[in-house]
Amino acid sequence: MPELMYREALNQALAEEMERDANVFLIGEEVGRYNGAFKVSQGLLDRFGSARIIDAPISELGFAGMSVGAAMVGLRPVVEMMTWNFAILAMDQIVNNAAKLRHMSGGQLRCPIVFRGPGGAGGRLSSQHSQALEANYAHFPGLKVIAPATPADAKGMLKAAIRDENPVIMFEGERLYALKGEVPEGEHVVPIGKADVKREGTDVTIITWSRMYYFCMEAAEQLAQEGISAEVLDLRTLRPLDEEAILASVRKTNRVVIVEEGWALAGVGASVVDIIQSKAFDDLDAPVERVTGLDVNMSYAANLENATQPDAPKIIAAVKKVLYREGA
Amino acid sequence: MASPYSKEQLLTMYRKMYLIRRFEERAGQQYTLGKIAGFCHLYIGQEAVAVGPNEALRPDDYMLSAYRDHGQPLARGSDAGMVMAELFGRGTGYSKGKGGSMHIFDIEHHFYGGYGIVGGQIPLAAGMAFASRYRNEDRVTVCYFGDAAANQGSFHETFNMASKWKLPVIYICENNRYGMGTAISRTSAVPEIHKRAAAYGMRGEPVDGMDCLKMYEAVKDAAAYCRAGKGPVLLEANTYRFRGHSMADPATYRSKQEVEEERKNDPIPKLRDYTLKQGLAQDAEFEAIEEEVKAVVDAAVKFADESPEPGLDELWRDTIVAEGEEDVRPRERVLGVKVTHWPKYPSGQELKVTWDLEPREQAEQADKKAGLSR
Ligand SMILES: Cc1ncc(C[n+]2csc(CCOP(=O)(O)OP(=O)(O)O)c2C)c(N)n1
Ligand SMILES: [Mg+2]
Repeated sequence: MPELMYREALNQALAEEMERDANVFLIGEEVGRYNGAFKVSQGLLDRFGSARIIDAPISELGFAGMSVGAAMVGLRPVVEMMTWNFAILAMDQIVNNAAKLRHMSGGQLRCPIVFRGPGGAGGRLSSQHSQALEANYAHFPGLKVIAPATPADAKGMLKAAIRDENPVIMFEGERLYALKGEVPEGEHVVPIGKADVKREGTDVTIITWSRMYYFCMEAAEQLAQEGISAEVLDLRTLRPLDEEAILASVRKTNRVVIVEEGWALAGVGASVVDIIQSKAFDDLDAPVERVTGLDVNMSYAANLENATQPDAPKIIAAVKKVLYREGA
Repeated sequence: MASPYSKEQLLTMYRKMYLIRRFEERAGQQYTLGKIAGFCHLYIGQEAVAVGPNEALRPDDYMLSAYRDHGQPLARGSDAGMVMAELFGRGTGYSKGKGGSMHIFDIEHHFYGGYGIVGGQIPLAAGMAFASRYRNEDRVTVCYFGDAAANQGSFHETFNMASKWKLPVIYICENNRYGMGTAISRTSAVPEIHKRAAAYGMRGEPVDGMDCLKMYEAVKDAAAYCRAGKGPVLLEANTYRFRGHSMADPATYRSKQEVEEERKNDPIPKLRDYTLKQGLAQDAEFEAIEEEVKAVVDAAVKFADESPEPGLDELWRDTIVAEGEEDVRPRERVLGVKVTHWPKYPSGQELKVTWDLEPREQAEQADKKAGLSR
């Protein structure tokens, strides 16, 4: 299987879907002649032309809404947000129009659209450019929310998102784009709504998604050396949550740590805890632990920036806590 | 001089304006009886702004509006009973009672909805027009919004894109001089909304929104301009609402005199007088139309009142499209009639995109001139 960078995997998914379906077009800032702020759309303008790879003005609300309108009448827009921080300006169109069109029209309309772009911490970019905002979108009925961690999932889930009949919000990662991984060629579609056990284990379940996945795998490696077998469950989709996969893993290991880049209050992890406590309370041998970003704004200074985010040592400490092996 | 309009055209416009007026009067009455709840924004006084344009358009042109949205679908030909049922929150409404007064959608008649966020529909219309250009169709999109909506960012962001990409969309700003209780002149640096089009290099014109025929002419001309690929048009329809902002508003911010003065401009008697003067119809014909419309609206109220609320199972429908799920065709669902002209879009294999939004040679020449190599 070929090794591709995360950004190349996304590029492949876009190109394949645009080849397959002329209703698909890509719009966003810098996606055309500049080949994408993060080079996800490299080469696509030359290949598909200026009506299908569209350089938008810096008008997030405007081009998001315009794309929703195009989706209402049969096109399948992919809207690239340079980062999700900027998409806050477009939130009205996503939440009040895209997510509600089918409902308000009593089932007459559908809105097959993908909003995608990088989320999470950048790297020395301070607070306005470093936020994990997926919990905001996971809140809304009428949307689907995905956050793949690996290049293979990035490709497969973007293809699934483009083919979906509903608005899909896709969180990529500014710091994932250059990561490499094996990516199946051609028709590789990863269904939305299915979590993936990325590492099997028996002592504890670590639940995560997106970039935090890599810290969880690092922690699991180190824990293995201490004789602790950690299962890593990559949610991949945050709305709808894969309850079945979550509960199956909890029933197997009886101990859970949830790792989330964003803030704890009203985070996605809080909802996962709620599912576990209401449906698998008797299977738990310890309270569920959460490792989240600290409840502060992100700083520029390297030490503050690092301390704000979850990392492998924090995850290891949480695992030991649920195993009652603190200080071990 | 002979009228450029046929008798049939004039009577159709009269019938539609009268239908909207009568429908809205009954809706207001039903609201006070507690049959309609929430926000209910009446169109009384603005009828010409919906009817004139509709007669100048093709049935398959797209149309959408804000929350003051009973008039346009009735002009398009929506079923009055099903619109009323939506206002009543009944399962037989166009949106099964899920949308209410502010969210009328009738896709069969190419009415793409009423939107409750001020200015929120403005970008949608550009996107629908974008789709028409993308598919090389000569369809136009008509988008209504209020004077106060012209101060939203969505207005400015969209006009820039629509003009730059020459999208076939006609924006009709219904300038009724107030956004809720605030006179537009109090909050706007340029209260003549059509002038703002100039900022985006786009056509913008004022129209007498109290005159159905002037609205008809303006939209006929604008539609031809759009279909010819020349770009978007902003029409500012100067109009007036005779009632408050919504049923909850006693409208104490306007003087009685002002309202009385504006009522003299009522578009409905105006069209009737014109038609009579042209000798194209007699009083008796108008009376017959009025009687017929009254019966239609009475029947609409009865239909709504006798309809059941939506079933609770409806809670779990229409949020997410399930795999293989079809779209709902309201008249088929409610009245059991066969709906034949539902929009159909080319598949991704059939569609050939020929539009070049930024021709390559042009881009390359510009690069060359600037000494850039890409
Ligand atoms: C974004 C937003 N802000 C405020 C409101 C509350 N609101 C509803 S209608 C309205 C006035 C709009 O006036 P205008 O655009 O002139 O339309 P009109 O009601 O006169 O038809 C306001 C402020 C809203 N619905 N949406
Ligand atoms: Mg107004």
